[in-house]
Amino acid sequence: MYVAIGIALLVVGSILFHLFSPWWMTPIASNWGSIDTALEVTLYICAIAFIVLNLFMAWAIWRYRHRPGNVAHYEPENAKLEKRLTLWTGVGIAAMLAPGLIAWHEYVTVPDDAAIVEATGQQWQWAFRYPGPDGVLGAAEVAHINADNPFGIDPRDPYGRDDILIETNELHLPLGRPVKMVLRSKDVLHDFYVPQFRAKMDLVPGIVTYFWMTPTVAGSFDILCAELCGVGHHQMRGTVVVEQQADFDRWLAEQMTFGQVLAEAEARGVRLADAAPAARPSGRAAH
Amino acid sequence: MATIADDLTPLHHPKTWIGKYVWSQDHKVIAIQYAVTAVSVGILALVLSFLMRLQLGFPGEFQFIQPDNYLQFVTMHGMIMVVYLLTALLLGGFGNYLIPLMVGARDMVFPFVNMLSYWVYLLSVIVLVASLFVPGGPTGGGWTLYPPQTILEGTPGASWGIIMMMASLAIFIVAFTMGGLNYVTTVLQARTRGMTLMRMPCSVWGIFVASIMGLLAFPALFVAAVMTILDSVAGTSFFVPTIISMGEQTGHEGGSPILFQHLFWFFGHPEVYIVALPAFGIVSDLISVHARKNIFGYRMMVWAIVIIGALSFFVWAHHMYVSGMNPYFGFFFATSTLIIAIPTAIKVYNWLLTLYRGDIHLSVPMLFAIAFLFTFIHGGLSGLFLGNVSVDVPLSDTFFVIGHFHMVMGVSPILVIFGAIYHWYPKITGRMWNNTLARAHFWITFLGAYAIFLPMHYIGMLGVPRRYYALGETMFIPDSVHYANMGITIAAGFVFAAQFLFFTNMIWSLFRGPKADPNPWGAASLEWHTPDTPPAHGNWGDKLPTVYRWAYDYSVPGAPRDFVPQNEPPPAAGPGDVKP
Repeated sequence: MYVAIGIALLVVGSILFHLFSPWWMTPIASNWGSIDTALEVTLYICAIAFIVLNLFMAWAIWRYRHRPGNVAHYEPENAKLEKRLTLWTGVGIAAMLAPGLIAWHEYVTVPDDAAIVEATGQQWQWAFRYPGPDGVLGAAEVAHINADNPFGIDPRDPYGRDDILIETNELHLPLGRPVKMVLRSKDVLHDFYVPQFRAKMDLVPGIVTYFWMTPTVAGSFDILCAELCGVGHHQMRGTVVVEQQADFDRWLAEQMTFGQVLAEAEARGVRLADAAPAARPSGRAAH
Repeated sequence: MATIADDLTPLHHPKTWIGKYVWSQDHKVIAIQYAVTAVSVGILALVLSFLMRLQLGFPGEFQFIQPDNYLQFVTMHGMIMVVYLLTALLLGGFGNYLIPLMVGARDMVFPFVNMLSYWVYLLSVIVLVASLFVPGGPTGGGWTLYPPQTILEGTPGASWGIIMMMASLAIFIVAFTMGGLNYVTTVLQARTRGMTLMRMPCSVWGIFVASIMGLLAFPALFVAAVMTILDSVAGTSFFVPTIISMGEQTGHEGGSPILFQHLFWFFGHPEVYIVALPAFGIVSDLISVHARKNIFGYRMMVWAIVIIGALSFFVWAHHMYVSGMNPYFGFFFATSTLIIAIPTAIKVYNWLLTLYRGDIHLSVPMLFAIAFLFTFIHGGLSGLFLGNVSVDVPLSDTFFVIGHFHMVMGVSPILVIFGAIYHWYPKITGRMWNNTLARAHFWITFLGAYAIFLPMHYIGMLGVPRRYYALGETMFIPDSVHYANMGITIAAGFVFAAQFLFFTNMIWSLFRGPKADPNPWGAASLEWHTPDTPPAHGNWGDKLPTVYRWAYDYSVPGAPRDFVPQNEPPPAAGPGDVKP
């Protein structure tokens, strides 16, 4: 009997917890409102199921608890009722799945005008690369990495010369412009995660992964790693600064290009193109 | 043609104490060996989880918890709970004990292989526990063991720990295969006269389907374990592409980290149901017996188990939506994942409809079954968020995931296991436990577990990532999250302590508990109608029982009692002979 009351109180308590707990999604700062909508649709359908099923259970336990003279009803099955319940469950499932799949279709369809920005992960820091005026990232591979070429850009690839390299943990993005985040890892799995953007994706060594989004709110946000990557996982942090296009352009112009890195190395007598292993016929790293 | 049910071969009873209790081939003794070993290693996992909670609730207060051993606690806790406790206890423990008794067999079909299964399982546990003491300690790569990090310097246990873990898993799989083949063959070949498949209790159905799934799913983990060991020690590159570690290239080339994830989750998702289906089956029987009512829609319940088992092999990549696999897979796996919710929902409805118009005895096993329904409804629904591909994107790798899977495959099956232990304890030991201790254990465990895992869903919605030793400074996590973490740890402390009520009750009652009635709950299924309690070697005395009906003839109109045992002959053509 107490358990019937207990279940009913837990349902009420869960609703109150939902309404009054201070924890909910962070204010969104990207175009992924459709993900939030799909989440809310899922939440409301699930909440109805949670409340109805558990209150029915609490009521049934209360009403049919053992008392002298109470005899259970004998009914092995009820095909009609079972069919109806199956059908309505199917309807609820479809209502949740549809917005989810629609949002996913958007998520995997990168707009043609998206700017390309690369994030590179390594235990336990972030680095970033912009394609420069040609709009194309130079081919890069782990095999090319050395002290003078931490990004592993193919020194023979002409597209790489104007690439802009950011070796701090600070990423800048222009406000309101779609960006395709191209992701590479030098060592283990990582995951580029900014809670306010909603979007995230793993960085996988050996392949290039991506997702896209449009920053819609100016400001600074935390970048975290969301895929366990070793003892420093919790310290693999960065910052993304979303700012007006003009501020962004000014900041970008102050950064170093790969061409400048090559020239500096050459001034010290190191010719990276000679040191680099022969490029392998692999188009995977090129974008 | 003579069949096993003709019972022609004479039984050879063991003559020595060692033959009876150590190198035993009796399924009941093997079941207890499995259960005691699984629970013992489970206590280790429980302690590890509490150490994790201490760090999360009171960061920096416990100096001996550092990032490396924190990750080792995370990893060992997860792996022990999923594989070495839940799988071993539900199949090796309950499967072994219940199958022969419920289908009316004298033992498993291959008793010697069954014995071997336990001893090989024990070896896998010993190797696992030994990994705590090797140089570098156990692996800290997370229970998912994703390469390349598990075999690189930056992860604890990258030299010895990961190899011990993979070796232990491979040994476990050998043990499981011997057990699983036995469970499947026994169900198919050794049922007594009249025990058709559609007269078997749901418990047997759940264990039977889970065993088949295990036989199909574990090989994927086995090859992944062998390939990881080779990548680690033999310089192969199955899972490792060209990478640098600690500034040096490792010499690997061309491997795919995502291949490991596919292999792991091709095992890992069915594994969820390998744990869940036996729990589904057992809880169906608990609810039916204690509500004095047949399980509602038995045929639908059986088909739902079979369909869930089959579908669970087509949903694995829902663990990988943001893994970097081809994103178009998301459409398929989201759809298949949400479809599997339909047979699962049917099971929930039928459990609730079994309570409806029942005669509900709120005994301790029934309390645990009710608590299971509550936590399973909660955990099942939160799974729809994560299965629904785009909704998973913000939630993946956050505390929401921890809240969800602990609710659905941690708390829920463990509540069923507690209910099942209380339910069958009088049959297994011949004695009854203490009701007051059992009820205290129930309330603290149930309410405490909900207090632990409900807030985690909300902290996860906020975006707090999982597997973090410390949250550190962020712009989006408010102080209130730290208080939530403190509260969760305190709740975990109560639940942790409450388990000692359980162990005390079980051990004390074993020696001092009152003698139990052979059928204290008035159950209809076969295992309650053995000539001896606890059942002797061979289970059935001189003659195997004959079955005349399904396992759920409760409160049949016109019957003298509110249950009709499966082996009670019908009075000529009486009302008891109702077919499902």
